[in-house]
Amino acid sequence: MVELAQAVKRTNAWACYDCGKCTATCPISRAGGSYSPRRHVLASNLGHRQEIVKNGSLFSCLTCSLCDQRCPARVDYTQLVQLLRELTHGAGVEPECPHGGALQSVMRMMAKGGAQQDRLGWLDGGLKTDPAKGEVFYWTGCAMYYDAFFPDLPGSALGGTRAAIRLMNMLGVTPVVSPGERCCGHDLLWNGDRQSFEMLARHNVKLVVESGARTLVVSCAECYRTWKIDYERFFDARPPRMLHISEFLAERMAGLKPGLKAKRKVTFQDPCRLGRHLGVYEPPRQLLGAIPGVEIVEMKHSRKAAACCAGGTWTNCDRYAKQIQVERLREARATGAEVLVTACPKCRIHFGCAMKDPKLGGDISIEMKDLAEIVAAAIV
Amino acid sequence: MSAATKRVQQTAEPAPSWNPSLVVFACNWCSYAGADTAGVARLQYQPHFRIIRVMCSGRIHPGFVLRAFERGADGVLVSGCHFGDCHYIFGNHRAVEQFEKTRNIVKLLGLEDGRLRLEWISAAEGVRFAQVINEFTDQVRKLGPSPFAGKGKGGMPAGNGDESHGGTGTGG
Repeated sequence: MVELAQAVKRTNAWACYDCGKCTATCPISRAGGSYSPRRHVLASNLGHRQEIVKNGSLFSCLTCSLCDQRCPARVDYTQLVQLLRELTHGAGVEPECPHGGALQSVMRMMAKGGAQQDRLGWLDGGLKTDPAKGEVFYWTGCAMYYDAFFPDLPGSALGGTRAAIRLMNMLGVTPVVSPGERCCGHDLLWNGDRQSFEMLARHNVKLVVESGARTLVVSCAECYRTWKIDYERFFDARPPRMLHISEFLAERMAGLKPGLKAKRKVTFQDPCRLGRHLGVYEPPRQLLGAIPGVEIVEMKHSRKAAACCAGGTWTNCDRYAKQIQVERLREARATGAEVLVTACPKCRIHFGCAMKDPKLGGDISIEMKDLAEIVAAAIV
Repeated sequence: MSAATKRVQQTAEPAPSWNPSLVVFACNWCSYAGADTAGVARLQYQPHFRIIRVMCSGRIHPGFVLRAFERGADGVLVSGCHFGDCHYIFGNHRAVEQFEKTRNIVKLLGLEDGRLRLEWISAAEGVRFAQVINEFTDQVRKLGPSPFAGKGKGGMPAGNGDESHGGTGTGG
């Protein structure tokens, strides 16, 4: 655990000159919540540990990194929140998970280990994979758990996973899909539970290193961030090349020859982890643009300014989160697109949940698809 | 060995070497009252469980059950009113939905199916409550300790589950 002073130093928080752009930008604060990034930065700089730790308000942050884009003093507020949450967790304050803590329990059980998960039941005979060794490791993430937990939401997280493997097979790649994979620990890390995160990180890094893979392909934007940034120090030797499925496919689009019969207008939701955290904006658009018949229309806020799905780390889902989701879906509808394409299972879950609103549902509903699903459907 | 001791060995249960730690969720109106009935009737059954009363079985979110497993429970029993008996009309139908989700997640995690059970027990069914508990305890005992028991922080406190003399007790 890092001490407050170290956190301030490491995230540049000391450079804050109290301009308040972060709070003005913050989607929660704009939706009317009392959440204020500036207050946390100030309290950290003054060493007011108790004020930060006491009421768990830190867990309202979406960690969407929008404020970091605007900060003139280059304070890494998102990183500061991650470190402050560790302090909060150490003090015994837990986030209020809207799903009764079920998902956190699942992740902690995986961190403990001991049971052989039965996680690959969805792999059908048509998909070619290898359970242990290969050149390319395909990271499936928690898609199967999300499908089991959210059966009543439109679409399926595994739909994107299956499509990604099918596309890799078409390109002549037989990826490693391991039954030994565990949760990447993203949500636990962002809930402040570094201990469980590190147990997961060590297990997963060992698994991928032992597979002999030279490339790791990830579909989930959150897993991708975790692998690329948070796992870096767990590798003894050089880590494999890490690619998001959009980057992997965009490089190899020539080998796929997609073609759509009907014209389709689509819009793309930049997941906060893929966009602002990792700077991957173009590959998904290149990929969609390479499908004949697909027209991409951008939402009012896109790329660096894209709105977040407001539920990234399974914490504090409230009316502000709902408002952010509704506004984003209105933006998507305003483009006239038929399909909202995304590259993170959580975007689909949270927008899908917002669409279930009995009063607003009709105004904000739009078909949602994973990037890989759209590409796979276009291959004739 | 005499014929008499042989006969005793066959009839008397050997003291089990390990007892599971079980969590039983019971609804206020039927199953918890069923446990009371068992107690009032002085029924003897295995005491290796902790009972958690909720107002309705429909409240038993997957998070409750998963947290019990996370904290080291070897088995979890979810119980509520029979269909048609629910105090809140449809609560037990909701319980079935929740339970299905829970079961799918427990399966993904690699826990045996036998560690999780759903039973309907009415307030009058004290005998059935005792029977279900006995059956479930034996079933989980056969499966052995949960892979998540006794690992890491926040385990189930040592209690009935760790007493190895296999005593019996009254419920309720």
